[in-house]
Amino acid sequence: MDWIVYGVITLIKTAVLLFVLLTAVAYATLMERKVLGFMQLRLGPNRVGPWGLLQPLADGVKLFFKEDISLPVSEPRLYAIAPWVTAVAAITPFLAIPFADTVAPETVEVFGRTVDLAQYGIHRGVIADLPGAVLFILAISSLSTYGVVLGGWASDNRYSLLGGIRVTAQMISYELSLGMAVVGVLLVAGSMRLTEIVDAQARLPFIVYQPLGFVLYLTAAFAEACRTPFDLIECENELVAGYHTEYSSMKFGLFQLAEYAHIITVSAVAVTLYLGGWQGPWLPSGLWFVLKTGALVFFFIWVRATYPRVRYDQLMSFGWKVLLPLSLANILATGCAVAWWG
Amino acid sequence: MIGPLLKGLGKTLEQMFRKPITIEYPERKREVSERFRGHPRLLRDENGRIKCVACHLCETICPSKAITVEPEGGEEMHDKHPREFIVDLARCIFCGFCQEACPKGAIMLNRKYELAQYRRDVLVYHKEKLLEE
Repeated sequence: MDWIVYGVITLIKTAVLLFVLLTAVAYATLMERKVLGFMQLRLGPNRVGPWGLLQPLADGVKLFFKEDISLPVSEPRLYAIAPWVTAVAAITPFLAIPFADTVAPETVEVFGRTVDLAQYGIHRGVIADLPGAVLFILAISSLSTYGVVLGGWASDNRYSLLGGIRVTAQMISYELSLGMAVVGVLLVAGSMRLTEIVDAQARLPFIVYQPLGFVLYLTAAFAEACRTPFDLIECENELVAGYHTEYSSMKFGLFQLAEYAHIITVSAVAVTLYLGGWQGPWLPSGLWFVLKTGALVFFFIWVRATYPRVRYDQLMSFGWKVLLPLSLANILATGCAVAWWG
Repeated sequence: MIGPLLKGLGKTLEQMFRKPITIEYPERKREVSERFRGHPRLLRDENGRIKCVACHLCETICPSKAITVEPEGGEEMHDKHPREFIVDLARCIFCGFCQEACPKGAIMLNRKYELAQYRRDVLVYHKEKLLEE
């Protein structure tokens, strides 16, 4: 009967994680508006609740009750399903990310029975400790591209279609560099299991061994999350709003949710791979994870406030001619170093 | 290539800690300049009598025909004054010609600018309303 306990605890962990993640997504929007405001000498939203803290709630309620304008599109089913694909693909990678050291005791007493949680690592701060977690995360998070492409295509709108086409080209170019940048970490850690990668960073975070890899990962992650300076898919001056031009109400809300969830996911992966995950002195491990991820999310917003959008050919040539060779060189150097000192 | 990028990041971070220039409007109002042209108002002299002598100069010069003056004669000489003085703020363009034309300094533009209304007839100001501070 142990598996019932395992199931219940995993469900509780998943529910709490989902709740925290969705709240974090909502507050990431507020953080973005506030930080952008301050950086542009404005105040940002401050009308709803103290310091505008209830603004995400108001936004959510507004989006929920807005009219869902249904268009006579060619593919109504794809049109309806596209936002869900993007949102689910942006949230799911969190299943494999270790967010804390332990969240439960190693053994629990249920109806006079002692259940050993440590046997399958249920007590650890990760929902699914996959052997190939890095592959899982890369695979799932690139699925979100499908939502964007399908949404752009099913909208029956030239601008949306162009946005969708851009996202495919961008993803193919940058996904490659992203994967190559991550290989450096895998070589150093000698494992694809994220819990082992975090454990390997107990003394020194991998950013010390992989400074170039970290920069490459972050650059590719900006493209992956479609954020400034690589947000050509929703370029207002050329494409109206790109793939979500024709979306309204909660469908649009899901696309927005996916965007911010994506930022948080790539930040969390960067924290896990390069910045030592939940490792840190004094504070509880979960708090360290939240702090580091929050700092990276802030960095995403900071970059948005600073850089202009790159031109499309610049984006492509940067991806193929600079990022990819650099990440290959990084693998080569890391491989030689590991073979030499290993 | 990296240097200018970092410099840009530093600049935005520096801006973040500066004081925002936003004026939170309904709670705080912006100071208008000394010669701001608001809507016209009528003045009284030191004895509390209305300064206007109903000469119709402002009515004549008003480019948008916003002013209507109805004169009224008094008992004595030089005692002509307006029985009614109407400024239609929906027509007024706040040009200040009335103030320039007035030989008695009886009409001046004040510094009020929050004049939005839901109904147009509210914006037709009569003598009593124009005499308010």
